Amino acid sequence: MITLTIDGVRVQAEEGETVLEVAKKAGVRIPTLCYLEGLSPRGACRLCLVEVRNWGGRLVPSCATPVQEGMDVVANSPRLKELRRTILEMLFAERNHICAFCVSNGHCELQDLAMELGMDHVRLPYRWPLLPLDLSHAKYGLDHNRCVLCGRCVEACSEVEGAMTLGFSGRGVFTLVEADLGDPWGKSPTCTGCGKCVQGCPTGALFEKGKATSEQVKRPQILAEVTERRPRA
Amino acid sequence: MRRLSVLLCSGTACQSSGALAVKQALVEAITAQGLSDEIQIVETGCMGPCELGPILLIYPDGVHYVRVKPADAQEIVSEHFLKGRPVRRLVWSAPAPEPRTIPFFARQKKIVLGNCGQINPEKIEEYIAQGGYEALAKALTRMTPEEVIAEITRSGLRGRGGAGFPTGKKWQAVREAKGHPKYVICNADEGDPGAFMDRAILEGDPHSVLEGMAIAAYAVGAEKGYIYVRAEYPLAVKRLEVAIAQARKLGLLGPRLFDTDFSFDVELRMGAGAFVCGEETALIASIEGKRGEPRPRPPYPATSGLFGKPTLINNVETFANVRHVILNGGDWLAQMGTATSKGTKVFALAGQVKNTGLVEVPMGITLRELIFDLGGGVPQGRKFKAVQIGGPSGGCLPESLLDVPIDYESLKDYGAIMGSGGVIVLDSSSCMVNVAKFFLEFIADESCGKCVPCRVGTRLMLQLLEKIARGEGTEEDLAELERLAHFVKDASLCGLGQTAPNPVLSTLRYFRDEYLAHIRDKACPAGVCPDLIHYVIDPDLCRACDLCRRACPTGAVEGQPGVPPYRIWLEKCIRCGACFEACPFGAVQKRPGRKG
Repeated sequence: MITLTIDGVRVQAEEGETVLEVAKKAGVRIPTLCYLEGLSPRGACRLCLVEVRNWGGRLVPSCATPVQEGMDVVANSPRLKELRRTILEMLFAERNHICAFCVSNGHCELQDLAMELGMDHVRLPYRWPLLPLDLSHAKYGLDHNRCVLCGRCVEACSEVEGAMTLGFSGRGVFTLVEADLGDPWGKSPTCTGCGKCVQGCPTGALFEKGKATSEQVKRPQILAEVTERRPRA
Repeated sequence: MRRLSVLLCSGTACQSSGALAVKQALVEAITAQGLSDEIQIVETGCMGPCELGPILLIYPDGVHYVRVKPADAQEIVSEHFLKGRPVRRLVWSAPAPEPRTIPFFARQKKIVLGNCGQINPEKIEEYIAQGGYEALAKALTRMTPEEVIAEITRSGLRGRGGAGFPTGKKWQAVREAKGHPKYVICNADEGDPGAFMDRAILEGDPHSVLEGMAIAAYAVGAEKGYIYVRAEYPLAVKRLEVAIAQARKLGLLGPRLFDTDFSFDVELRMGAGAFVCGEETALIASIEGKRGEPRPRPPYPATSGLFGKPTLINNVETFANVRHVILNGGDWLAQMGTATSKGTKVFALAGQVKNTGLVEVPMGITLRELIFDLGGGVPQGRKFKAVQIGGPSGGCLPESLLDVPIDYESLKDYGAIMGSGGVIVLDSSSCMVNVAKFFLEFIADESCGKCVPCRVGTRLMLQLLEKIARGEGTEEDLAELERLAHFVKDASLCGLGQTAPNPVLSTLRYFRDEYLAHIRDKACPAGVCPDLIHYVIDPDLCRACDLCRRACPTGAVEGQPGVPPYRIWLEKCIRCGACFEACPFGAVQKRPGRKG
């Protein structure tokens, strides 16, 4: 067993557990976006950053950091709150997240996080790029304008379904989630049409065709359910 | 018996300035004089003073010829090689018994670059003649892996890729890590603008890197190595391929080296040009065939690296140091340098400095010595303004900090980093806002897009800098720029993002008045930012030659040929500078401040 402190409370953890998992068990809420149970942690969105006091105040992603003996973790503080809010604002400013016109309005993780963190307005200039929609797939649609590049769909596709259809192209703010080598999704010979990517998507970037906004409720937990039932190697 | 050896630098820089044509002309002239048996031409790696290429070094005279043209070959052969009279107009300094008396060389301490410019890098025999692979033999046959690591630890050697992690400690961690097989990776993805030290080592002395890797592999218990080298370094790739093939042929790579149980082989992997692949975890992902993206650490590559196995990853220059430590002992390296930084460092001098090129100096040398004694200072009596050190992750230091001894810690204290050793000298003609903008543009383009702070934050910072450079910035923008800079620094995933704001933060720290001039006075003091300057024609100098009017793409210049003075209509002028370039009399002048 490993003993560490989260927000001043001493907690016990198993070796190999992450700070996020331990915090969850201890009832400490840490906001996450790119993290999804059942997928490998990417540490990409930086919302779950926590401060490790005895590592010189270093900020580490709690989803991807294994616990270590004696860690003194600050999971919530004014500094972290401001930091998380800035990250959210950056996500809102980066592409087009106008909830009123989004298929995921009302059941969107980005929207929920904004409410949770009290992000009442965006202080950064909006970039509003005009990105295309890929509606070539028979069942699903991909709207790059709503994408936060969290990578959950890409991991669901490769780690859970094993199809490796979805991947990233380009880099920086020009990164896009694309099928195969940038072909229209509907023409992909590798896509199995399983929809795990859609269920994993936290926003309205991936959606099911022919469903009204109120019906677009996603079940991201399905990925963990699927992987848990698998026999371990 | 050869009477003369002509060492011809054939590094990338000298090849670009025509070294191979010079070689061709020399061969023809030597053959024509019937001296082929007496004189040999040796193509070597980089000699250092790239600015002066193509360069010849004639042994045994020690004469250094610089800026040699193919047309000079005839004269060099007939005058110098035949009659013993060096061609004075091409000699860098007076013939001396050793080229080391030239100031550029005198202050240097060439360890890593010792063979560069001295041997033919495509002949393993020449490397062996210089003591090559002796260190590997010593390590394998007379030392235990623990003793090798102890020697490296004692030397105080630290990673030359920039972060300066103690090499011995890293090796120890990989040795102790559980898992099999283990890997050794050489990071040769040198991507900093203005840095070319790793390229020079790979081009000039590739075997020293292979030998360092083999010793490291022995120490940590690996049997397989990868060299991740940029595809943009074709000459380095070619010479590495030659070196690996030759080493295999002589049994210096492959199974059972020196009749011990130790086997080691190396594979080349070419990078596709992404800057972020110089970051170790992104590099490892790239070798694995994945998208070149960093991942959070811990776990560090030492415990879970390539294919999830314990992996040692060091920079080219670090590996090139290894054989010297093994041969001469750790204490030998530790006596050079400062308290925390031992040995030497190779720096690439670039920018507004007389002797651009490559130098190797002991740690602890001051920036002033580096730039003025070795680099020869800024050219044409211009005024030194700042030095950008450490690449896009580094910072700009002003003149008041020139006497700081260079080591990992001192540079960090002042907002720069050692980085891989790129030194870009800036003079009064450089605008610091523009410099910060240049580096941020680079970083924003090279950001892999994985984490939000780096992907969006650097882009927003760049937008603010562009706004300031256009003269539309406010002091609130400056505060926001600083806020974002600290945010990106704190919250980014990898070293690229965490250090990306350094050029902005350091220029804000030392050159804030320049930012304020752009904001308050709408003027670019250095006359660089096109929106914050204007052009005027000095009536006393204008000769009404009409060149400026013809050069102007917008019809902003008005005048009649032969009737001075001409004048510029600022309302129509787009500040392209075409008239400025065209004027042969210096009548068109650049002035700070927006007008019209």
